[in-house]
Order: sequence, then structure tokens, then C-alpha cells
Amino acid sequence: MLDLIPESPVPPGGAPLTEGDTLNSKSRYRRMFWAGVLSISVLALAPLGIMTWVNYQEYKGAFEEEQTRPLIRFVAIGKQSVEDFLEARTAALGYVSLARTHVALGDPAILAGILRDLQGSFGGFIDLSLIEANGTQVAYAGPLELEGEDYSDFPWFQEVKRTGTVVSEVFLGLRYSPHFIIAVYREDPPGPGYVFRATIDTEYFNRLVRTLLHQPGGDVFLIDEGGILQTTPLSAGGVLERAPIPPLPVSAQTETVSVQGADGVPRELVYASIAGSPFTLVMLGGDPDSGAGWAALRRNLLIFFGLSAVMILAVVIWGSNWAVKRAREADRVRASAYHRMEYQNKMAALGRLSAGVAHEVNNPVAIISQNAGLMKDLLVMSDTPPSEERQLELLDSIIKSAERCGGITHRLLGFAKHMHVRTETIDLGELLEEVLGFLEKEAGYRDVRIEFDFPQEPAAIESDRGQLQQVFLNIINNAFAAVEDGGEIRLGITRTDAGDFSVWVQDNGVGIPEEHLKRIFDPFFSTKKGAGTGLGLSITYGMVQKLGGDVSVRSREGVGTRFVVTLPGNPKEAQEP
Amino acid sequence: MEALRVLIVDDEEELVTALVERLNLRGYQAHGVTAGEEALTFLGTHPCDVVLLDVKMPGLGGLEVIEEIKSRWPTLEVVLLTGHGSARDVEDGMALGAFDFLTKPVKIEDVMRVFDSAGSTDPSR
Repeated sequence: MLDLIPESPVPPGGAPLTEGDTLNSKSRYRRMFWAGVLSISVLALAPLGIMTWVNYQEYKGAFEEEQTRPLIRFVAIGKQSVEDFLEARTAALGYVSLARTHVALGDPAILAGILRDLQGSFGGFIDLSLIEANGTQVAYAGPLELEGEDYSDFPWFQEVKRTGTVVSEVFLGLRYSPHFIIAVYREDPPGPGYVFRATIDTEYFNRLVRTLLHQPGGDVFLIDEGGILQTTPLSAGGVLERAPIPPLPVSAQTETVSVQGADGVPRELVYASIAGSPFTLVMLGGDPDSGAGWAALRRNLLIFFGLSAVMILAVVIWGSNWAVKRAREADRVRASAYHRMEYQNKMAALGRLSAGVAHEVNNPVAIISQNAGLMKDLLVMSDTPPSEERQLELLDSIIKSAERCGGITHRLLGFAKHMHVRTETIDLGELLEEVLGFLEKEAGYRDVRIEFDFPQEPAAIESDRGQLQQVFLNIINNAFAAVEDGGEIRLGITRTDAGDFSVWVQDNGVGIPEEHLKRIFDPFFSTKKGAGTGLGLSITYGMVQKLGGDVSVRSREGVGTRFVVTLPGNPKEAQEP
Repeated sequence: MEALRVLIVDDEEELVTALVERLNLRGYQAHGVTAGEEALTFLGTHPCDVVLLDVKMPGLGGLEVIEEIKSRWPTLEVVLLTGHGSARDVEDGMALGAFDFLTKPVKIEDVMRVFDSAGSTDPSR
């Protein structure tokens, strides 16, 4: 028969009314509190943090753009100015070299006159010279005595012969002071060509570049293709020293890069190469923090974030605390409701039992009453007094019946008392015998056969007697309800491999439909229409859990039902509530 | 007047014995059995006037016995004896034709009173 009952398809579901194992555990509430605080904080602070970060980035971008936009404009203007400056002087040189003959240019007096005219109309010219194709300076007008110098090895000289026009880097040259030159090369067929050269005042150049400066704390200067300063920057360094910036690629357009300033503060750097020269105009933005607006805004953003975070945390902590308090209160109410229900279930069981028990008590009481009456009858109504033997027989019957009454009432009282968990050593076999004692008479009247394989070895566990009685009374009562008159209920105790005890109760009753099996331990689930509270098995389940055990059920309609209650053999596994 | 013939049916043997003896002392012609089946057998050979029948008994229960009695000896009066007077059983028994019911523990006077009134309804007497 055992094999015919399939395993319960679904484990006992629902939420049995159980006190739970750690209802009163403080750490459980603490965990609940922190889990709440953490999860809600993350949920609430993450969007705030993201929003603040996005805002910060956007404001920062806007401020940087505000810094950079005028820089770009000024560099574009500056580039134009420097190019105009160089172009004007290159064009002037070119014009003079075309307007005057090779021979006229070689005349120092004429050359000095041209220099005077150029200085007067353009400015920035220091000297002029005519150099033959072999590199020898043949005529010079200016403050130095440079006639006869040989320039054939100078790079600018090589270049001007190749390209026709050259604007040189700033160099020390033969006069050992920073200057740069503009030179043009003229063919003079049939003879060799010549180079007409002017030296430009770097101071003049410096002033021009500095007029472009617009931002406080910023800087502006020219560098050559090798990153060497061509004008004197405001911040640090001098002409012909290495510029305090990373190498920049040549670019005709204005370009923007962020650089680390000498003070460690990131700055915007805008640059553009000057066409037709080795120069690049470089402009450094002022300290972004010098814009008090940005600093204030940043501070406000941080204060806003900080205050919001503090407020959110405060609300979250308060809310979590409140929720945990409510959960605790609800648990308390639930636990007390559970206790009440457990008690009511017990009282209901007791009520059911007492109906049977009343009959059971009344039988011996009736015997006492009738035997005592008979004794009186024999003494009063009979002519001959009853023999001593007869009297003793009647008295024995009375005593035996009185003891029967006592046994019944004690059993009932034993069941009714101790509602609170009290752990003691219990022999499961004896306990089951006791519970079966309640149902013996009913079994007799209904011809229900009870087969109990009383265990050979004592099945001793540490548990609560009252609760176990209730558990098995509920389960065996159910078996009684399930079987027809003349049915069979079998019980047994087996020891599991883990050392636990499994008490099984099996009937050959109507069985439980599969759809009910899933809900059998749910509170208020009942198929005994109007006859049950639907709490019996739920409370049974809760109690067994509380005692550290487990209940499982297998059933097949028309075949029977088997309940197995597993209880920990090791007393330490039982959980104190 | 002839003694009233009564049959006491209860699974508690000591109760049956005492009741039978007390009733005999009071002039009844009482007999006792301890099971439903026994009662039916006895009635088949010994005509009775009233049967005092316990409702709850192993084997053939009181309700089954009364049903059988009423089908075989419709004029035989049956008085039910219940341990608890469980309303349902009494109702069922009365519906099956019981004359009256008594609740344990019973006074001998009550038994006699009910027997006498049951006996007086018997048209054969």
C-alpha cells in the first residue's frame, strides 16, 4: 500500500502560521534595518549623485567653453595680426628689391636711405643688407659693422636661395642678441642672384604679441617648430628657452588643448601656426578658478548634494527604523495570534475529545452507580444479607471503575496543561500510545483497526510533550476522519540515517486530491465544510517546525494518506522559541 | 400482573449484571447481553417487552440493532441508553422508532419509570 501513495507533488506551500525560528532574534531586525537603509539609500542617492555629476560636468563644460571661446577668437585675431605684420614687411622687402637694381642696392648710401624709409613707414626694421649668391655681405645699412660677413653656411641663407623668401626663427646670429630676419632672393641674369635681407626687432615683435593678451593669469607667446620660445612669455622663461608646454603639431587652424599649468591647475591652451613663418602663436587661458562664478557654483553644487544626501539618509534611517519597528510589532501580534490559535486548536481538539471522553467516563460512573445501588438493594431489599464475597466483588468493581474514571480525567488534564514549550525527554512510542488511548474507544465503536508497530528500541527525544501530543492527535484525528468504519490506521517510528526519528501515520481512507495536497498546510484551508477551522494542519506544521522537525504528506485518492513527522534525534537541533 | 420482560444490552458487562440483578429484585424479568448480535439472537428465542439498548457498542452498534429490531418485531419497545446523550445519535434512534432514551449514569427509578410506561403501551399486554 505504501508504494501506491505517490510523493506529494508540491512541497507544503503557503505560509503556515508559524512563529518562525528567529522571531525574537534582535540580529534579524538589525539585518532588516541595515538592508533597508542600504537598499533605499542606494536607490535614492544614486540618481542624486548621477544628476549632480552630470550637472557638474555640464557646468564645467560650459565654463571651460566660456574660457576657451574668447581665447580662440583672440588667437585667430593674433594670428592674423602677426601674419599681416610679417607679410607687410616681406612685401616691402620684395618691392624694394624689385624697384631698385642690384647695383643700387649695393650702394650703402642708397641702402641707408631705404632703411630710413622702411623704419619710418613700417617700423620694426633694424638693418638692411645685400648679400651676394656666394654668401658674402656686400652692403649693409644699420647700427652694426657687418660688411664682408659670410652667410653661406647659415640655414636661412640656404633656404632663401631655395624658396625665394624666408622668415627665420629668432636666433642670436653674429650680433649675439635675439633677432630674426626676413630675406628675399632675386635672380639677376645673366649674373648670379643676390639676397636682400632685413633684421626685425624682436622687442617690437614682443610688444605686438603681448597686445593680444586678454585674460588675467593667462599668457601669450610665439614658439618655433621645435618648441623654442620666440618671444618672452609673462609667466616664466625667456626668448630661446624651451617653452613650458608640450610639443604642438603645426596647424593653420586654431586648435585647443588642455594642459597642466606650472601650478598644477589645468588650463586651456589655444594655438595656431603663422603662415609663411616657423612661428606658432600660443595663448594660455587664465586660471579657471579665477572665475569666481565657477568656484561658487561648484561649491553650491557640492553643498546641495551634501545636504540632500544627509536629508535622504536621515529620512531613510528614520523610515527603516519605523518599518522595522512596525514589523517587530506585527510579528509580536502575529506570534500572540498564533499562540491564541494554537490554544484554540487545542481547546477544539479537547472539545472533540471530551465528547468521546464523556461517554467513556459515564460508563464507569454508571457501573459505580449501579453496583453501589445493587449493594444497597441487597442490604435493604433482600431477606438475606449478601455474602462477604459478593460484597467484595461489587466493591472491587466499583474501585476498578473509579480508577478507570481517574485514568480518563488524568489523560485529559495531561493534554490540557502546559501550553508553553517545555523540553523534556520523551519516549515517542509511549507518547503515541498515550494519544491512541484517547481514540481507543472511538476506534472500537467504529471498528477502525489501529496497528502500531511499537518500536523495539526506545525512541527518546528532547522535545515538548504537550505540543507533540497535539501534533499527533491532530494527525491521527485526521486519519480517523478519513477512514470509513472498519478502516485501518497504521503507525510506526523509524530512525533515519541522520539519527532523526520519523513517525508515520498511514490510513486507508478517502485520500486527498492532488489540488488539495498543495494547500493542505495553508491556514484556513479546510474541506470539512463547516466542521473544521482549517487550522489543524497549519498549526501542526508550525509546531513541528518550531520543534525543529518537518512534516510531509503523501496521498492518493481512494487509496489513503501517509503523514510523516520527522523530529530531530539530536536535542540540540530543536530550536528554542 | 405478569412481570415485564426486559433485555439489557450494553458492552459494559458489569453494568449489565448490576442492572439485571437490581431489576430482578424489583420484580422485573430482566436478562442481559453485551453485544448487539447477541441481543438479536436472544430476542429471536426469547420474546421481550422492552429492550434497554446502549447506542455505542463495538460491532453491531445500537442504531443498527434498533433498525433490525423494528423491522423484525415492530411492537417491541426500545429504550436507548447513551453515554453522553449525543444529540445526533439520540435523534437518529428516536427517528428509527425508539420509545425514549436514558443518559448514563441512570437512576434505577428512571429505568423503571420508562420501562413501565413503555410496557403499558404494549397492546398485547
